[in-house]
Formats: sequence, C-alpha cells, structure tokens
Amino acid sequence: MNFTNLIKVALKSIASNKFRSFLSMLGIIIGVAAVIIMMAIGQGSKESVRKNISQMGTNIIMIRPGSDMRGGVRQDPSAMQTLKIEDYRSIQQNAQYITHVSPEVSSSGQVIYGAHNTSTSIYGESTDYLTIKQWKVEDGMMFTEEDINKSAKVCLIGKTVAKELFPEGGDPIGKTIRFKSIPFRIVGVLKSKGYNTFGMDQDNLIIAPYTTVMKRILAQTYLGTINCSAITEEMTDQAIEELTKILRTSHKLKEHEKDNFTIRSQQEMMDTMSSTMDTITVILVVAAAFSLLVAGIGIMNIMLVSVTERTKEIGLRMSVGARGIDICNQFLVESIAISITGGVLGVAVGYLGTLVCGALGFPTSIPMWSIMVSFVVCTLIGVGFGYFPARKAAKMNPIEAIRYE
Amino acid sequence: MEEKQKKVVIELDNVRRDFVVGEETVHALRGISFKIHEGEFVTIMGTSGSGKSTLLNQLGCLDTPTSGEYYLDGIAVSTMRKSQRAKLRNRKIGFVFQNYNLLPKTSAVENVELPLMYNSAYNARQRREAAEAALHAVGLGNRMNHLSNQMSGGQMQRVAIARALVNNPAVILADEATGNLDTRTSFEVLVLFQKLHAEGRTIIFVTHNPEIAQYSSRNITLRDGKVREDVLNPKILSAAEALANLPIPQDE
Repeated sequence: MNFTNLIKVALKSIASNKFRSFLSMLGIIIGVAAVIIMMAIGQGSKESVRKNISQMGTNIIMIRPGSDMRGGVRQDPSAMQTLKIEDYRSIQQNAQYITHVSPEVSSSGQVIYGAHNTSTSIYGESTDYLTIKQWKVEDGMMFTEEDINKSAKVCLIGKTVAKELFPEGGDPIGKTIRFKSIPFRIVGVLKSKGYNTFGMDQDNLIIAPYTTVMKRILAQTYLGTINCSAITEEMTDQAIEELTKILRTSHKLKEHEKDNFTIRSQQEMMDTMSSTMDTITVILVVAAAFSLLVAGIGIMNIMLVSVTERTKEIGLRMSVGARGIDICNQFLVESIAISITGGVLGVAVGYLGTLVCGALGFPTSIPMWSIMVSFVVCTLIGVGFGYFPARKAAKMNPIEAIRYE
Repeated sequence: MEEKQKKVVIELDNVRRDFVVGEETVHALRGISFKIHEGEFVTIMGTSGSGKSTLLNQLGCLDTPTSGEYYLDGIAVSTMRKSQRAKLRNRKIGFVFQNYNLLPKTSAVENVELPLMYNSAYNARQRREAAEAALHAVGLGNRMNHLSNQMSGGQMQRVAIARALVNNPAVILADEATGNLDTRTSFEVLVLFQKLHAEGRTIIFVTHNPEIAQYSSRNITLRDGKVREDVLNPKILSAAEALANLPIPQDE
C-alpha cells in the first residue's frame, strides 16, 4: 500500500474511534505540554538570571575571606577574618587591571525613623561602590572620601527603606534615622533596582562609609568582602590573577600554602548560575518526560485493543492481498498519527500554558528546539510503542483472523 | 472433449495437509488431485469435517500443503513465502465469504477498491473506475456511496462479489456465499454467479448445501479428506427461473 493510502486508512480509523483516539492522545498532549512548559520556565529563568547578573555589571570581581569549602566542610571561623583593610589598600595601590575597589562589611537589623521602622541591611562601602555596581543616586549625593576618613554617620538609603520610613512621602534627605541606635544622616536616595532573580528586594538596603559600619556598628577590623571592577569584562581573568598575587603577597602566604581567600568574578557566577538552572531544567524536563512515557504505554494499550478488535478486518485485508508489512505499516502509521497529532496539540497547549505561566509572573521563554524535540519524541513514541501491536497484527494467520468472532 | 483444450486454472497434485493437534496428527486432506479449467463453475461439497475448509484454504493460497503441489494459473504455490502468496492472492483470487466481511462504516465503492489498494499498478483514479465497473456488473451501480451498514444482506454480498471481481481474478472462491441469506436473496446471488459463469469466469463455490450443486457445471464431493465424487452436471438449472417460480412474499 502506498503512503497516501496508509495515511488515509489511518485517519479514517482514528476518526471512527474519535473519543478513544482522543483519550490516548490526551496522554501525549499533557506530556508534551508539560515538557514544553517546564523547558520554557527553565530557559526563561536562566535568561532572566543572566540578564540580572549582567545588569549588575559583568566586570565585577568579588573577593571573600576563606577558601572554598573543602569536601563540603565549612572552614574554621578564623579563616573568615583574613581580609583586612591593608588588602584593600594594597589592591588600590598595586592593581593594574582594576579600576574601582570597595571594601564591604554588612550587618542587618532594624532601622527606625520616628514612629516608623523596618528591617533592613546596612552595607559599609567606599565611594567606588556605586560605580562598581552601576548604581545611580536619585536624590541627594554619595558620601565623600572625607566622610570615610572621619567615619561620618551618613548614609544612602534604598527606595524600599525610603518608602517604609517615610510613608507620607516627605523628603528623606537630611533626616536622621537610627540603625541599632546609631544615628545616621541621610545624604542620598538610590534609584530603584527592583527585585533580583531570586526574589530579593535590591532596594531594601542602607549604604554607609565602611569605616563607620566597622567602627560604630560591628566593632571589627576585618572585611566581609572586597568588590572590584576590572577594566573590561575580557580582562577579568588577568585581573583575578593579579589580585591573587597581590593578596598572597599581602597575606605573606608561602608557596605551598593555599589561598585563604576566594576570588569570584560575576562572569563565573553567571556561568555557575546558568549551569545550576540547567540542572534544574533537566530535572523538571525529565519529570515531565515520564508522563510522555506513560502516554506511550497508553497508546500501546489502545493499539493492542484496536488490533484485537479489528482481527477480522486484518484477516480480510490479508485475504485480498495485504502482506504482513502492509498490515504492520497500517497500524504503525495509525499510532504515529495519534502521537503526532497529540504532539501538535500538546505544543499548542504547552504554548498557551507558557503564556499563562508568564502572566502569573514566571519568567518564560520557549526554546525553538524544545518544539522540535517534542515532535521527534512523539514520532519515536508512535513507532516505539506502536511497533509491538503492529507486529502482532502482521503476524496473524489470515485463516484464523477472518473467522475470528 | 472440448474441456481439455481449455486452459487449466487450478491443478491439485496429490495434495495432503496434516495438522498436529497435541500428540495426534490429523489428516485433513489425504491426497487430493483434480484440475479445474477456465470457465468452470464448480461446487465443492462435503459435510463438516470432510476437509472442505482446509481445501478452500489451499485453493485460496492461505495455507500450503504438507505434501503434494498446487498450481494456480500455472504457478506452483507450495514453496512460496507468505508475502509472495499474499501478492498471488491479490492478483489471481477473488474471495466471497459467508458473512460478507465488508469494512464497517465504509462506502460500497471503497470496499470494492480494497484489493486494488494493495496493487501498486493502480493509481487512485484507475482504482475508482475499476471499482465502479465491478459494482455496475453486480447491479449496484446506483448504490456506490452507500455505507456498508446501510445495506441489506443481499446487497452486502453483492458488494463482496464486486470486490472479488475488481482485480479480474483467475478464479472466484466463494465460501458458503449464500449461507447467511434467505431463499429469495440466495437465488438472487446465484443468478449473479450464473451470470458471471456465462461471462466466462471461473468460480469455485464451497458449500454444504446440495441444492446449489444443481446450478453449477461440476460437482466435487469430499469425504474424510478425499474426493469421493467428481461429476459434471449434465443438466444445469437456471437460477433465474427458480427465482421467478418462488412464491412472491406477501406481507402479513
């Protein structure tokens, strides 16, 4: 039988059992839609993470105290006190590939203004910080070098803090707020950055001179982080190499000793995040793919029923000259038609589902290849799970088949 | 004998067929030999268990003999593979079954087209033309597009006969073709078979009904897997006359 006739016969058979065919398609529809939605969410999240991180500046390099976790064991707390102000100064003076440096210490707690209070974090930074993070001041201005030298009790606040402490909308500039009972005079309000990918409000913060935070709030001599920015994104690797040298010299580490600090670039973080998102996507898609497997078994089941039910028809076709391969092809085409039709509907449902997810606030993006993959998988399911029933039909003895009641 | 000059369509040479059932061997056919020439209308009769179904399967190339040889239109069948036999059935044989075996929810013309679907020599248009011609030949020219489930038994059997004719076969094999029909319809179908016979078709009609033998040109009777009797019918009755003489059914 030629291909056109096979398709005609298959469609006719599907049409004569509409409801049953639809039910077995439903499994495929749900499976494909699930895979597409999961892929869309996975891909969307990945893109949104990348976008977020690159918005923060792709040339940022972060130095943290302590080395990486060794074999999953957390480091000795004393290892976390290895970053000092001297390191910062040394980088400032010696680094060629670094344009801006800002030491960072942070603390979180309650901030009060009048009858209003909110819980937030305070970051002690240098004047370079806003440049590194590509942050803008909306109102007022950044604190000065002089403020840092004097450990002045001045600060900038994020939009969220401003909203919480000044709900009536008064001008916060010049007002004095209290963080852990230390008074800070507001010199500027930051431009809003919104939420980041992890759902963290980036506007819920206070920025103050690092000297002030170290001396007056934390009473500590070591730094939490040092943020730097490389000249360009491409020079990040050279910059990291240079920073490592500077810090090893500054920490007087011997040849065989390991680094007691960790340097991370934004680029690296972006890659790590991407691969984490990839892993999550794979897990989601594998879970969804199992429903496709179940759908395939459903098709096999329905095809077996169909073969048994049409034993007489098979016998007749064989009597009038159908070969085993003709019968086999007929049932294969039928199961492929069911699974591909299901696949097409599944893609449509998946697309709509993705739109709904998008409307609900999930970051989504349908990769073109996920649609291709769905079609290939559906065809494979049709062939794979249709083969056994089709074989069974082809092997029938025409004499017995035509007398089957 | 003018029969001798005619072409031999079917030749059985000591055909045996054994079935192994459990530990026993059943000899369904115990050495059958006969020839059927082109244009004959042969009834094969026998009680159940006489081997007539087994013989029909042999004649229809649905099965192969345990020993002996069967020549269909000069082609030896016993050594053929399944797919080769399928092709042979497609080109040389037209089957008519007792229970019609039409595809459900399918129009008459599509049912008749079925054998040609498996013959790549026909394209869609040729297939349709051949099917329409066959339906005209059985008197259903006005019912081409009726669905199989909208037809009476007699009409369905005539569609089945048209299907058997459509590939212009060497032989038409009818298996109890009137078995499911009432007397009047049976005669109508017999009239059709006689008409086909008159047109020169070779017909083999397997039945257990001795009455039908009166309307054919030759009768072969089987018993216990052997040919018991093989006679030409000297006085072939006309089914058309018999039909005319039937009492006209009266509605109660």
